[in-house]
Amino acid sequence: MTEINESLARSFGLTGEEFERVLSIMGRTPTLTELGIFSVMWSEHCSYKSSRVWLKQLPTKRPWVIHGPGENAGVVDIGDGLAAIFKMESHNHPSFIEPYQGAATGVGGILRDVFTMGARPIANLNALRFGDPNHPKTRRIIDGVVRGIGGYGNCVGVPTVGGEINFHPSYNGNPLVNAMTVGIAPKDRIFLSAAAGVGNPVVYVGSKTGRDGIHGATMASAEFAADSEEKRPTVQVGDPFTEKLLIEACLELMATDAIVAIQDMGAAGLTSSSVEMAGKGGVGIEIDIDAVPARETGMTAYEFMLSESQERMLMIIRPDRQDLARSIFEKWDLDFAVIGRLTDTGRIVVRHQGQVEADIPLAPLSDQAPLYTRPTVDTPKREKLNPARIEDRYGLTRGLEKLIGSPDLASRAWVWDQYDSTVGGMTVKRPGAADAAVVKLDGLSRGLALTTDCTPRYCQADPETGGMQAVAEAWRNLTAVGARPLALTDNMNFGNPEKPEIMGQFAAAIRGMAAACEALDFPVVSGNVSLYNETEGQAILPTPAIGGLGVLDDVTKAVGIALSPWLDLVLIGTTAGWLGQSLWLREIGGREDGPPPPVDLAAERANGDFVRTHILNGTIRACHDISDGGILVAVAEMAMASGVGARLSAHPPNIPGHAFWFGEDQGRYIVAVPDHAAFIRVAEAANIPATRLGTSGGQNLTLPDGGTISIAALRAAHERFFPALMDTV
Amino acid sequence: MKAGLIIFPGINRERDMAIALQNSFGTAPKMLWHKDTDLGGLDLVVIPGGFSFGDYLRCGAMAAQSPIMRAVKDHADRGGYILGVCNGFQILTEAGILPGALLRNASLRFLSMDCHLRVERADTVFTNRYQTGQTFRAVMAHGDGNYFADATMLDKLEAENLVALRYATRTGEIAAEANRNGSARAIAGIYSPNLRVLGLMPHPEDLVDPLMGGADGKPLFDALAAA
Repeated sequence: MTEINESLARSFGLTGEEFERVLSIMGRTPTLTELGIFSVMWSEHCSYKSSRVWLKQLPTKRPWVIHGPGENAGVVDIGDGLAAIFKMESHNHPSFIEPYQGAATGVGGILRDVFTMGARPIANLNALRFGDPNHPKTRRIIDGVVRGIGGYGNCVGVPTVGGEINFHPSYNGNPLVNAMTVGIAPKDRIFLSAAAGVGNPVVYVGSKTGRDGIHGATMASAEFAADSEEKRPTVQVGDPFTEKLLIEACLELMATDAIVAIQDMGAAGLTSSSVEMAGKGGVGIEIDIDAVPARETGMTAYEFMLSESQERMLMIIRPDRQDLARSIFEKWDLDFAVIGRLTDTGRIVVRHQGQVEADIPLAPLSDQAPLYTRPTVDTPKREKLNPARIEDRYGLTRGLEKLIGSPDLASRAWVWDQYDSTVGGMTVKRPGAADAAVVKLDGLSRGLALTTDCTPRYCQADPETGGMQAVAEAWRNLTAVGARPLALTDNMNFGNPEKPEIMGQFAAAIRGMAAACEALDFPVVSGNVSLYNETEGQAILPTPAIGGLGVLDDVTKAVGIALSPWLDLVLIGTTAGWLGQSLWLREIGGREDGPPPPVDLAAERANGDFVRTHILNGTIRACHDISDGGILVAVAEMAMASGVGARLSAHPPNIPGHAFWFGEDQGRYIVAVPDHAAFIRVAEAANIPATRLGTSGGQNLTLPDGGTISIAALRAAHERFFPALMDTV
Repeated sequence: MKAGLIIFPGINRERDMAIALQNSFGTAPKMLWHKDTDLGGLDLVVIPGGFSFGDYLRCGAMAAQSPIMRAVKDHADRGGYILGVCNGFQILTEAGILPGALLRNASLRFLSMDCHLRVERADTVFTNRYQTGQTFRAVMAHGDGNYFADATMLDKLEAENLVALRYATRTGEIAAEANRNGSARAIAGIYSPNLRVLGLMPHPEDLVDPLMGGADGKPLFDALAAA
């Protein structure tokens, strides 16, 4: 028999002080199962104990927000009586240990968060960060993660329509896999998790419970050491076929009035779902472990409660609808078991083979959960760089060719080509076609625009500006297809919060994000925090990934980035030639230096609102925001998207050429319009900075310094990186 | 022509197919469950794409044993029309309704991209709105689309003019770079000897609306609707 003491509690991830608190709540030594429940519920992953005090600063309300943070996913009103339900969640630690299953179950988990609320999932996105391409582990991790995302998403039949990939050595031992799902439901048919109705049955549906993923949430709440690969048994195994059946069965049941409350079993499995459902509803819950469908024999109550076996849901059902519910799950060949009932005791009681294995008061389990205001240290500000003093030894043409072939800008087609982006028949803008993915809503003229964004090198240099920029860029990408940005989900990936400089990054990123959300009317409606992203003391770049959602009332008005011939290219926004933290400085200049470009939120808003208006009135035929790599990379991407080239005009004499063409000033767009003069007049009348950049046409990109590069050559340079890295032995 | 879809557990392109059929036929297709045993008087049976039973066994092998497949075989024997796309094509080969097999893609990776299909004959109920030799664009999205049959069977298919569609360049050339999954003789789709059963890997149903990137697949459904 295992002895229950502080040393065991520590091995479960609790601190000595937290263990003392467990003893005081229980008034006795907890059982193994009870200690397991406390340790997972109080893990960083489930309790947000280091981040909650900061997350509260984020704006979460606007009139169109139906449910903000606190539910399984965020819910916003998108018109026509419909709601979009969406969230992004990390599966970083499992994806390092076992890339395929880690990424696959990340997709599965976020899908469940969305359909548990009554939504049919209509799109997936993913934000990925990998280590140095030359690091010995990177290739294997990319291969597994991409196969895992495809293997799960393709089978379950939800199109993967967008996302982003960055490379940086700080992710060598800690890749980031952030998966986002968007679903649609009638806005008056949203399912919540608060249990109600003393005596109501607690129903378990889906896959059987096995020994996989035990203490996954605890594993995800600690740094990695050199032995991390020994933690492989904490990674779950995904079964997308069962998930597909579960989606269909749940949606079929949700069309009836049988369900009182429902929650998926994600991190900490049966423990977190039962504790959270009963806790939110202010009731008690009894679980009979003997009734839980088991994959193997001889499992203990502790293992049942902590298993993270996938594709399982917990529901509270109306007693008079139990037979109906059972018949639906039997039709789909899924397990359906009544495993308990709600009580009025305010306690969770777990019985196994006639023994009470756990009996915990729910209120203190959540009210007295640890909450830390950890010490913070601000990231030192960096000195501004003077572009005139940074030499350009490459020239524009060679610089462009090198940049668009660099890991962070090279074509992602190798990755997208492994994700089914069209299943469902509603994908209007596939990956790469536009700044945001666009999906139509079945039977309506309405569509959604979706994007994920973050620039981690900006966040590292200045977390506040970086956080602000991530939100602004997501808003800008939605705007650039013509959508009205509605809300975002955030996935906060950081290092060890017990280090003041890491907690300082977190606090500053939140400050920046909050300011941008406020100024852009772009509230946070859901999110996830992933801390302890460190291996052997090496933290990742701070990565607050933003998943943005916008709406197009008429989806036929959406524009992409592809140029068509004989249009004028106009630059919207102000260009100072900001080279600090630019990709040009890193890839061509060989240094990661300076502060990131500042974000002027008022200009961001004004420029974006202007661009959107003129997309929707049909003036703007193609639009691309200017981000990594600056103006010249943006023009090259527009040209490569269609095969139509452009001739560019001379840059303003007061800015060095390389700073003008490759600088990363924020709040800018390139738009293609039929008549630059008329368009610029309208812009000037609205006080929007607009300057002519050039004209589209031909099969070359002709630069003002006389350099010319064919679209074919650009594409060859752009498309080389991934196949060369991944398809060679 | 009365059309219906068969839903096996794990099928996931039924809505795409239903939209394409509805657009051309003007009525919603009937949805049949794999445990049904009767086709309810359908003229055209469509087996859409997806991952029936997770494709954890050989793709389509489990679905080929479902109760409804008896009725589908009888329908084929009576000269009924059948369209199997992607997993549907795999199921038809596993059920022995069409010859050959679909192997893992030559690259060993899932392939999701547009491809061009060359129409090998335009005198069937499926292709009479295209021209022989014409190419049209379709979406491919599969991990196991590499058509295989032994040389005798391939020769027979060609001799009897039963190859329906081949992967080709935009201008209709057969070339290795256009045959991404490595199919034998670039075969993307085949007919039964009576030309009433068509199995193909790529998805014409995902390109029936210019808003989604093109309507190249629409003539196939228009032709069926008019039959």
